Amino acid sequence: MATQHSRSAARIMMAPAVFLLLVWMLVPLCMTLWFSFRNYLPLRGGDLGFAGFNNFTRFVSSSAFWPSVLTTLIIVGGVLLISIVFGVLLAILLDKPMWGQGIVRILVIAPFFVMPTVSALVWKNMFMDPVNGVLAHLWRFFGADPLVWLQDASVFSIILIVSWQWLPFATLILLTAIQSLDSEQLEAAEIDGATPLARFFFISLPHLSRAITIVVLIQTIFVLAVFAEIFVTTGGAFGTRTLTYLIYQRVLESQNIGLGSAGGVYAIILANIVAIFLMRIVGKNLDN
Amino acid sequence: MSYTSRFSGGLFGRLSCSASALTLLMTSTGFADSHAQTITIATVNNGDMIRMQGYTDQFTEETGISVEWVTLEENVLRQRVTTDITTNGGQFDIMTIGMYETPIWGAAGWLVPLDGLSEEYNVDDILPAMRGGLSHDGTLYAAPFYGESSMIMYRTDLMEAAGLEMPDAPTWEFIREAAAAMTDRDNDVNGICLRGKAGWGEGGALITAMSNSFGARWFDMDWNAQFDTQPWRDTLTFFNDMMQESGPAGFATNGFNENLSMFQQGLCGMWIDATVAASFVTNEDSTVADSVGFALAPDNGLGRRSNWLWAWALAIPAGTQQQDAAMQFIEWATGTGYIDMVAENEGWANVPPGARISLYENPNYQEVPFAQMTLDSILSADPNNSTVEPTPYVGVQFAAIPEFAGIATEVSQEFSAYYAGQQSVDEALENAQAITNEAMEAAGYR
Amino acid sequence: MARAVTSQRKALNTVVAWSIGLLIFFPILWTILTSFKSEAEAIANPPVFMFFDWTLENYSVVLERSNYMRFLTNSVIIAGGSTLLGVLIAVPAAWSMAFVPSRRTKDILLWMLSTKMLPAVGVLYPIYLLCIRLGVLDNRAALVVILMLINLPIIVWMLYTYFREIPGEILEAARMDGATLKDEILYVLTPMAIPGIASTLLLNFILAWNEAFWTLNLTSVDAAPLTAFIASYSSPEGLFFAKLSAASTMAIAPILILGWFSQKQLVRGLTFGAVK
Repeated sequence: MATQHSRSAARIMMAPAVFLLLVWMLVPLCMTLWFSFRNYLPLRGGDLGFAGFNNFTRFVSSSAFWPSVLTTLIIVGGVLLISIVFGVLLAILLDKPMWGQGIVRILVIAPFFVMPTVSALVWKNMFMDPVNGVLAHLWRFFGADPLVWLQDASVFSIILIVSWQWLPFATLILLTAIQSLDSEQLEAAEIDGATPLARFFFISLPHLSRAITIVVLIQTIFVLAVFAEIFVTTGGAFGTRTLTYLIYQRVLESQNIGLGSAGGVYAIILANIVAIFLMRIVGKNLDN
Repeated sequence: MSYTSRFSGGLFGRLSCSASALTLLMTSTGFADSHAQTITIATVNNGDMIRMQGYTDQFTEETGISVEWVTLEENVLRQRVTTDITTNGGQFDIMTIGMYETPIWGAAGWLVPLDGLSEEYNVDDILPAMRGGLSHDGTLYAAPFYGESSMIMYRTDLMEAAGLEMPDAPTWEFIREAAAAMTDRDNDVNGICLRGKAGWGEGGALITAMSNSFGARWFDMDWNAQFDTQPWRDTLTFFNDMMQESGPAGFATNGFNENLSMFQQGLCGMWIDATVAASFVTNEDSTVADSVGFALAPDNGLGRRSNWLWAWALAIPAGTQQQDAAMQFIEWATGTGYIDMVAENEGWANVPPGARISLYENPNYQEVPFAQMTLDSILSADPNNSTVEPTPYVGVQFAAIPEFAGIATEVSQEFSAYYAGQQSVDEALENAQAITNEAMEAAGYR
Repeated sequence: MARAVTSQRKALNTVVAWSIGLLIFFPILWTILTSFKSEAEAIANPPVFMFFDWTLENYSVVLERSNYMRFLTNSVIIAGGSTLLGVLIAVPAAWSMAFVPSRRTKDILLWMLSTKMLPAVGVLYPIYLLCIRLGVLDNRAALVVILMLINLPIIVWMLYTYFREIPGEILEAARMDGATLKDEILYVLTPMAIPGIASTLLLNFILAWNEAFWTLNLTSVDAAPLTAFIASYSSPEGLFFAKLSAASTMAIAPILILGWFSQKQLVRGLTFGAVK
């Protein structure tokens, strides 16, 4: 169908984007790789020479490494779970006839517009603070001892904050998908005597699978890189240190660029494992 | 080292020459000099610095130099200025740094030595403890804007109700007993509030300063971590037991700010923290302003108290091209003239404390209730001799080596996990030991 | 009878949806309310909801202390510039991927997305050094380019999914009528892709506006956007909830208002090809 002419035109049109991203990927990647083999300590005089695989072995053998990988996966998984389960429920709810639908929709989307730093600050200081936080007051109102969120439920708190920002995004996409669902199909199923639950599992959910895939893909990319939410709230304490945060500690707090860069290489590998895993699922879903 | 001398001797001499020539040229031709004469200052968003920003116009009026402020929260500021100084990024003409960074950066040749300060500035008026902590090899690299130690702030009314009297220099045993006596869980009064929050400048600073009074140290003379020693174990268990008895719930997440707002709300009987907090707990935001007393930080009879020493200071990065203007600003902001100006406009309680001898000799300032105790606290801290046993490092609540911030933040995270009941004291200390030795090995000390 | 049930259901839906909506919105509402309190009232126990002395003091303090307009302008320029530039580069790429697909198209797309997975912290020093070398620290144009690159994969992908929904027959019909490639893009494709492009613009504007790592670390004065503005109000010594709330409200208000006005557009366009 496509002529030779349009093929070459297509290639030319694709070139700028591909070239730019290639540069944007390769330059930092090469520099990271380079630094990861160097003994680079800015506060000790800079580049102190070739380090072999020292940085790589040191980064992995550190007791903080595997827990940080686990934390990363838990946070990504938790946020995905919350935003998809509640996203689907919310989307179905918001699709129903009601008064003031537009306003409710706005209320639900709003958190997506809030800067991660701001939302982390607000949650930490005004909600999760065990003395003056709104949640503490709520707990006390019901006669319970306020929960020290960022200590006793630290990972959950981070998941909560990040989910609060990304649930609206999931809801939006899922809502768009639900609106395109053929209502006649649902009505027909209802007449045939299908229970609401059956209708949901056999008609709505399959219809949403593609949208869910999109949500999983995009949110994984963004949540893997979550940083501000941890930096502001726990600073990595109480088991909330993700791989990204561990790299931050090595690079900026310990000022060991070589070690941090080796961590960066591992993070790229982890991200790609997750990506391949995702693509397996997503790729299939995107094709049809 | 050669890097510094090359820059400060050669390039900087020439630069400042050409800069002044340029200024002359610009003024003589009537060219707007606003661009050449703007300095950029990175600073922390603490109250005293915010106040300084408010007086910038005054400085511009006096000197014709405009100032751009980059005001950042402490952690972000550290990250920002460290990146810039280590890469010679040249983004700032003045950086606000602390007693931890100054000697390290000075030694690396990244800061302009402040040996050309004017006579009028009277560098000898700077408190020796501050001057010493902001110098490397006897050369001053940053001028203190304000200095602090730590001390006990306590509620005189609660102390009286408990039938106790606070000595001027109490022991930890007394503090623990007093805390237990003042605690009133039904009325939400916690006998004592202390920092447990992870971070080398938060809970890390408190526990390190406290460990000094228990005879602990971070490193022995061969840079071996000392967390496997009894004094550290004693420090941690004492701290945790006392806080569990008489501290607020969730103290493991409390830092300076959390404790401050609790104290201001009347939820704390005692609080051991920065001396600058004294002006916050006695100002109009505080519900307990009328009943606050002060005492030296406690000791354990081993000859070392548990107070720290810190200064927020202004330094000039060696990459700047506006060294003269920056120097002028430093003289203006950290000189006695600035103190007089603030005192005149906002009262003596609001002047930046802890930097100058003359301030504490001023009879007007002596009337400020916390002035004397602040001075006594500062004078009782000695960065060169902070531990019972000898150490290879300088610093009270830190060790002035580049690796410390990273290590201590991770170590304090282990401690916080212990306070939160997520691991035992032995696990916390073992982990701390491993983290420290690992990092010291990576840095080539061991 | 059936009608009554429907309206009962509708009422129930309304109540449930509004409660959940308000619950999700509450943190923002609380921030806005707190911004009108005094610092003491901001930590009052029990907390005060509506009945306090409303004050604009926090806003006047913030406005006096910081050059809000400069931060705002920078945010608009950086977020807007990077989004526009990104779309300009992405439209041709997405077009060719959607209409002249090759065996490698899918791989290229997935590869583009994978570039987003490089952890930013790990490359702070390399990028910082590079910016020094090129003399573009604290430079708005540099940030426009960097944020464009960060969001380019998402932009390409979003546009690609829209373009794919445009039936190829229409293009072929246009080609039969003698339309050139340029005409095809300008007069046939673009009008059909407008909703998609609009929501792509919006989404990426939001993402760029909220980007807080590079915008904070590569700027000082001239290019500092609202993320840096926020960093000067978070956790100082002393009480700060009210002032932080005021600063936060000021930082999120523009984007919140934009988002609300364009909500319909965003909902319509955010399909990512998920709607058939």
